[in-house]
Amino acid sequence: MVRDITLGQYMPGHSLIHQMDARMKTVLLLAYIVFIFLCKNFISLLIMALFSLLVIFMTKISFMKYLKSLRVIMVVILLTGVMNIFYGSGTVLWQWWELKITTGGLINAAFVVVRIAMLMMVSSVLTYTTSPTDLTDGLERLMKPLTIFHVKVHEIAMMMTIALRFIPVLLEETDKIMNAQKARGADMESGHLVKRVKALIPVLIPLFVSAFRRAGDLATAMECRCYNGGKNRTRMKVLHLSGKDSGAAAVCVLLFGSVIFSNLYFPAVI
Amino acid sequence: MSVLQVENLRFVYGTDTAFEKTALDDVSFTIESGEFIGIIGHTGSGKSTLVQLLNGLLRPTEGRVLLDGKDIWEHPKKIRQIRFKVGMVFQYPEYQLFEETVYKDIAFGPGNMGLKEDEIDQRVRQAAAFTGLREEQLSCSPFELSGGEKRRAAIAGVIAMDPDVLILDEPTAGLDPLGREALLAKIADYHKVRNNTVLLVSHSMEDIAKSTDRVLVMDHGKKVMLDRTDAVFSKGDELEKIGLRVPQITRIMWLLKEKGIPVDTSVLTVEKGFQEIVKILSSQ
Repeated sequence: MVRDITLGQYMPGHSLIHQMDARMKTVLLLAYIVFIFLCKNFISLLIMALFSLLVIFMTKISFMKYLKSLRVIMVVILLTGVMNIFYGSGTVLWQWWELKITTGGLINAAFVVVRIAMLMMVSSVLTYTTSPTDLTDGLERLMKPLTIFHVKVHEIAMMMTIALRFIPVLLEETDKIMNAQKARGADMESGHLVKRVKALIPVLIPLFVSAFRRAGDLATAMECRCYNGGKNRTRMKVLHLSGKDSGAAAVCVLLFGSVIFSNLYFPAVI
Repeated sequence: MSVLQVENLRFVYGTDTAFEKTALDDVSFTIESGEFIGIIGHTGSGKSTLVQLLNGLLRPTEGRVLLDGKDIWEHPKKIRQIRFKVGMVFQYPEYQLFEETVYKDIAFGPGNMGLKEDEIDQRVRQAAAFTGLREEQLSCSPFELSGGEKRRAAIAGVIAMDPDVLILDEPTAGLDPLGREALLAKIADYHKVRNNTVLLVSHSMEDIAKSTDRVLVMDHGKKVMLDRTDAVFSKGDELEKIGLRVPQITRIMWLLKEKGIPVDTSVLTVEKGFQEIVKILSSQ
């Protein structure tokens, strides 16, 4: 039951996208998100959508996986889509009481749905193709300027890495404890909500105890190896920007340029 | 009378996924009431899967598990009743303790069975006495106990349900030699007094040799042997082939025999080995 939850989304591979630097992927994703909301007409939206599909294709990960990532936010997509149909101006196509469907509303809805779907799928490209350690490493380097404001960037990144590292461990532990309590007759599958929440206590308390025990052990182990934070710390894996990254950046600049161009030269519909 | 019967048991993890793995393949055997059975096998041989199938924590892919002649999955809704009858102590059971006091923790199982207050009280005290916990420790928080005492408290929590079949998965793992001895002696005592069925999963051939009547040997999800303990350990070559070994004292006896000393190689415990060597020395 617990094993069904997939948290580590990383899918190892050797595609061009996999080989890119985590920092570059993160920055380009952020820029992409900004530009997908800057699209003002169907031509620019189409350019962005085609590009997204191209990137997804380049990751060599099955398209089904991306569709599955959409399933999580399906409710959000549908809800905002339906709401948007009824908001907007333009020719009235259908009316019932106060509810109006207009051409403007339909266009709005289409834009919102495509934007959210693209946003989710391209974000998945980042999490699918970048290992969690690379991702936190990249974030640490990107947030480095914040140290001027005394933000403990390294410590935050280390905490994130450790948290990610221990998710599977704790999931396995949860499974074990649940089995042990079930063997003593704990009933976790039936009853009303309050009863079910109460039934979790015999699982949660041992889980917390074990999490603290592991945290203590880990802290001791780190101290035994003289870990003292980020200062003067070198890395085993140094992130490198390569030709692929500059290439990707160039392609994205072209893409964003064409979005701006089409926004300027074609009439806005939204 | 047979208490547990396993028929053509098969279990596959992650059916219909890329991670499909057959953990247990066509296993059949019968366990008589009152027997002390040892289960040995290399890591990943299917021991843990097997014992979880026996108390209904896992549902077989194929085959049946019969308890007192009845399929345990006959009424899936009543599987909890089976778990009270087939008590299971997992590896490192001390990590399952959660209540405020040792007393309450031991009472968790009997409480789930829906027993009356005074019956629970009696069972908790009995179980605690069996595992060698002191009366005053019952009111402590389980987290104040030492490692070995925590383990005893956790085992008491299962014994308190008074199961017909008690399964122990590596109960002595991580204990010091004295703690091991003491715990095994307690389990043997318990078996003698209650005369119920005990299944002991262990990596320690010495532990198995010391306490069991029969031994089930597992390898790669298949049953290799189920025979009297001395008969199993007389097949040292076969055991070594699947990554197991015989108790150290038995091995010493074999080496002595190879050197031409006429010792009995069916010796399984250090005491017996000692007697055997003394006997030979005095006869010379």
